[in-house]
Amino acid sequence: MFDVTVSDRRPPTAIGSLLILVLSLAFGMVVIGLIFFLCGANPIFAFKRIFIGSFGSFYGFKETVTKAIPLILIASGLALAFRAKFWNIGAEGQLLMGAVFGTWVGLNWGPMLPSWLMIPLMFLAGFVGGAIWGVIPAILKLRFAINEVIATLMLNYICSEFLTLLIIGPWKSPKKYGFPYTDNLPDSAVLYLLPGSRIHVTTLIVALSAALILTFVIYQTRFGYEVRVIGDNPDAAKYAGINFTRTTVLIMLISGGMAGLAGVGEVAGIHHYLSYPGSISSGYGFTAIIVAWLAKLNPLYAVFSGLFFAGILVGGDAIQISLGLPAATVNIVNGILLICLIMGDFFTKNNLRFRATERI
Amino acid sequence: MEEVILSILQRTLVAGTPLLIATVGEIICERSGVLNLGVEGMMAVGAVTAFIVAHHTGNPWLGLCVAIAAGMLLAWLHAFASVSLQSNQVVSGLALTMLGLGLAGFLGKPYVGRPLAVNMNPLPIPLLCELPVLGALLFNQSPFFYIALILAIAAWFVLEHTLPGIRIRSAGENPRATEAQGVNVSRIRYLAVVVGGGFAGLAGAHLSLVYSRSWIEGMTAGRGWIVIALTIFALWNPLRAIVGAFLFGGIFVLQYILQPLGIAPNFLAMLPYLVTLLVLLLVGLRDRRRLNAPAMLAEPYRREDR
Repeated sequence: MFDVTVSDRRPPTAIGSLLILVLSLAFGMVVIGLIFFLCGANPIFAFKRIFIGSFGSFYGFKETVTKAIPLILIASGLALAFRAKFWNIGAEGQLLMGAVFGTWVGLNWGPMLPSWLMIPLMFLAGFVGGAIWGVIPAILKLRFAINEVIATLMLNYICSEFLTLLIIGPWKSPKKYGFPYTDNLPDSAVLYLLPGSRIHVTTLIVALSAALILTFVIYQTRFGYEVRVIGDNPDAAKYAGINFTRTTVLIMLISGGMAGLAGVGEVAGIHHYLSYPGSISSGYGFTAIIVAWLAKLNPLYAVFSGLFFAGILVGGDAIQISLGLPAATVNIVNGILLICLIMGDFFTKNNLRFRATERI
Repeated sequence: MEEVILSILQRTLVAGTPLLIATVGEIICERSGVLNLGVEGMMAVGAVTAFIVAHHTGNPWLGLCVAIAAGMLLAWLHAFASVSLQSNQVVSGLALTMLGLGLAGFLGKPYVGRPLAVNMNPLPIPLLCELPVLGALLFNQSPFFYIALILAIAAWFVLEHTLPGIRIRSAGENPRATEAQGVNVSRIRYLAVVVGGGFAGLAGAHLSLVYSRSWIEGMTAGRGWIVIALTIFALWNPLRAIVGAFLFGGIFVLQYILQPLGIAPNFLAMLPYLVTLLVLLLVGLRDRRRLNAPAMLAEPYRREDR
């Protein structure tokens, strides 16, 4: 047998932490491969399909970029919230609320306004919608000490039912053969797609600039410094005179707003009308949590980890079809990768020393 | 009219049973200082494994046992991450939920929509079940109901009045002092997390074997998260959890009662989640020092280096 000693270590170098990250992911892949194997699928074949379906083919890569857009947007906002240890698990609901607000503006004002005015207005409305839905749990936490994990989750369910209520009730289109969809957005409210793809360029640009801006905010501004202090040491934040309430509210306005932007992108870029919550967002709000974690809560890195997980979503669809695996497979992959990532964090913080124990 | 009320109460108890079981499990877990947000995932896996085993063997009790084992296995993963590796418990619990929901959907795919062939019959308690009104209500329930009540009372007794209970609580309040008394905090926390997982698995088994008697993806419908809220509402006391769980059971039933009144079903479906927030709001209005949360909840504990 052996005895394990755990001790603090110096923060690893950039290469060291990248190595730990890659090893964690590789370990996760091995576990996932094992699951494929147990289900009677050839793991090498499955991983090959995932890769070809996501990055290894032109069609797949276009889809990967398309799905990376909401992930990058949401994960950038989550990175900010998670840094302050505000566990916003409600991005899914915030995305939907953004979609609701954006659609309302698009349907009501779209026919009257030109595109150059309409599209910024829709994004603004989406940001406001997401921000409102995001700031509610912040207030609930600050005023009533309600755990934000539960509050944000409950608001997910509430928003999902609310959206369904709208599309089967007052917003239901008479032109959709009885399906619970809204009318199509007018042309001025529809986003430009890169020809031959579903990549809505406007949202992509918004996502990339938002990631850049938020990185700057986190590392270079007083607000970002306050966010980090609140997360690392709330007591110190108190003594440093940081306004906890104001900072938390601001964090959640931004974090919710970012998810709201993603909601507008999905409606105006891809669907063009509001439909069931499950088809507006295929769990982006939850996948983005892993994206943010893989990015070490740095929005700039979230661009890359967003692409990576978008690839898993798209590749996952590909193997569902070719191997006949259920849709939930992607959840397994996500869950395992996230567990491996947080386990990997252990090795960036600690040294392990194995010693043979003396037998008596 | 009397019959209607009786049937409503009866269904309330059925709907509250899984909430109670899982809440008691989460209380044990959190009392030891570990927050496990994976309840939703563990419940889903419990539900699907119980259904599959009961479907193939024709024995619901076997299904129940497998569900407990499955819940414990998943919880062990959380214990490994949060106790041994001192990972962030919020993220680890979320990962567990994703994994659990994924596994459940994956394993349960071939069983979607199949009705359960075997019955878990109500177990009338001799003599007591003949009492007027109360007899039919309280003493002619599925075995899960009695198990839930017994577990809640037993958990309360163990936590408050026995040595293992004191050790679990002190691991959550002051792990360093606990360790100084020669108690292995890691072992206690592992134990509490794994036991809590078993409870969640059992709760899931109730959903698929008694409550809906079938399996569909997403059938846990956020109950795992409501359980986390109930833990707070119960102020980490298993006896208070009894009240809370059946209160929420009533709200799940209320949806079906109000539906014929012409209220939109989607609005009614919001009720449990709205009430959860409302209830936490009321708890939050209390003096925070009297909330009774374990002092070291969600704080990883690391032994001093030797």
